[in-house]
Amino acid sequence: MSGIVDAIGIVVIIGAIKVIVAFVALLVVTLVVVWAERKIIADMQSRVGPNRWGPFGLLQTLADGMKLFFKEDFRPASADRWTYALAPVAAMVPAFLAFAVVPLGDDVTIAGREIDLVVTDINIGVLYFLAMGSLGVYGIVLAGWASGSKFPLLGGVRSTAQMISYEIALGLSLVPVVLAAGSLSMVDIVAQQADTVGNVTFFDGIPVLEQVADLFRYMPNWYIWSQWPAFAIFFISGIAETNRAPFDLPEAETELIAGFHTEYSGIRFAMFFLGEYIHVVVISAVAVTLFFGGWHGPGFDFLPWLWPLVWFMLKTTVFVYLFVWLRATMPRLRYDRLMWLGWKRLIPAALVWIMVTAVVNTPGISRNIRLAVFGALFLGVVTWVFRGDPRMKDIVTPQRRTTRGVA
Amino acid sequence: MPKGYFGQYVTIGIFGLVGLALVVVTLQLARLVRPNVPSPEKYTTYESGIDPIGQGWVHTNVRYYIYALLFVIFDVEAIFLFPWAIVFERLGTQAFIEMIIFIGILALALLYAIRKKVLEWL
Repeated sequence: MSGIVDAIGIVVIIGAIKVIVAFVALLVVTLVVVWAERKIIADMQSRVGPNRWGPFGLLQTLADGMKLFFKEDFRPASADRWTYALAPVAAMVPAFLAFAVVPLGDDVTIAGREIDLVVTDINIGVLYFLAMGSLGVYGIVLAGWASGSKFPLLGGVRSTAQMISYEIALGLSLVPVVLAAGSLSMVDIVAQQADTVGNVTFFDGIPVLEQVADLFRYMPNWYIWSQWPAFAIFFISGIAETNRAPFDLPEAETELIAGFHTEYSGIRFAMFFLGEYIHVVVISAVAVTLFFGGWHGPGFDFLPWLWPLVWFMLKTTVFVYLFVWLRATMPRLRYDRLMWLGWKRLIPAALVWIMVTAVVNTPGISRNIRLAVFGALFLGVVTWVFRGDPRMKDIVTPQRRTTRGVA
Repeated sequence: MPKGYFGQYVTIGIFGLVGLALVVVTLQLARLVRPNVPSPEKYTTYESGIDPIGQGWVHTNVRYYIYALLFVIFDVEAIFLFPWAIVFERLGTQAFIEMIIFIGILALALLYAIRKKVLEWL
């Protein structure tokens, strides 16, 4: 009996330490990411960016946070009291929670005890990540609705439709990865990407492709090589899920003032802000984990436990940078375009890709059928890329459209 | 080492509790230090600087609702696909054909929605 109690006690203590470290790390990372975003965008726009607080303005985010902390927090008289008060919590906490399943590094031994550098390795890690993303929708929807104001309501319903649409694409884009890995645990999925690609037997007997495939023998065995369409769908949907440019319609400043958080001030506004940036970090971290080998990378004898962490952070930084870069580059999508992309492109593409991955991975299907599917897919992608978008004609020659249709 | 099934979910629980505690502490601390100077104007909603007209809960386009209905179908589909994807290699061709039929039916539904132009915005 005391053995069980001891075991539970150790579980709880190790868990609690991990959780607190993860929380502190996430908060610090968020502060740095917000600062980095402002600096990078400033640089892209030939400005200086924050430079008052701390070296290179590093403490600017902290100063902004403190300011928001001391600001008056008032609730509109027409707002729904409790929903309004709790919506920021519902937006922020799931973003934190999603981070729990991302493995940060290899097992390390501290004081004779082997510790894995993941907050918790649950066997449904991928599903858990998707579930937390879905819970995050509530925060925004409820904030928009509970404010009792017009602009937040519009932002709220917009984001409902947007986030749930892209959530489907996000979920479907992870199915082929799970199919290839045979596990929902993020630790397992990372473990499967540990080696190099090795001999590619898929194209054996086909003259040119065989040699080309041979060239890639020493590449790391990341899922991005075989699952790049899944990654493309995942990343586009991920940007839409975080409500970042070019999918920032829920808070489109020029149309909706500030969208769902128009009526929020002070600390509650800061929570939405924090939630969004943590979400960006989490999506980047999950992209690295599922498609780019997670923490795997060349290790060295010097401080062997440190290198996985360094690789993981470097890879994640690349994707956070991509988020910022996209924001500085892309104009916002029009709403019908957004829905068109989600429902008529990403979801069908994800379904087709699931089928293709299934065909390639089915044990009983002959190699010729697999190659035929692969070839058909290749041709399909090529035709799709070069087909041109018929909708573009409307933009180029708008005068051809009248109220009765095309003139 | 919290490797067991129980330990994993305990950690999730702790994570959630710490998250909630962080929120509660932050909100209470902020309540202690922030000013509270009410005035009637502050409690009106924002409407580009003029007094708000009518209620805040205005009518919104019904199309948002249709997306929500479609979402339910396809999200459930995605959830069904995950267990299938995990045991896929053990079940083999039969499971593959069954899932083609399943996805095919839902793809037809999506095609129907597109043909009925419910996904057209304007």
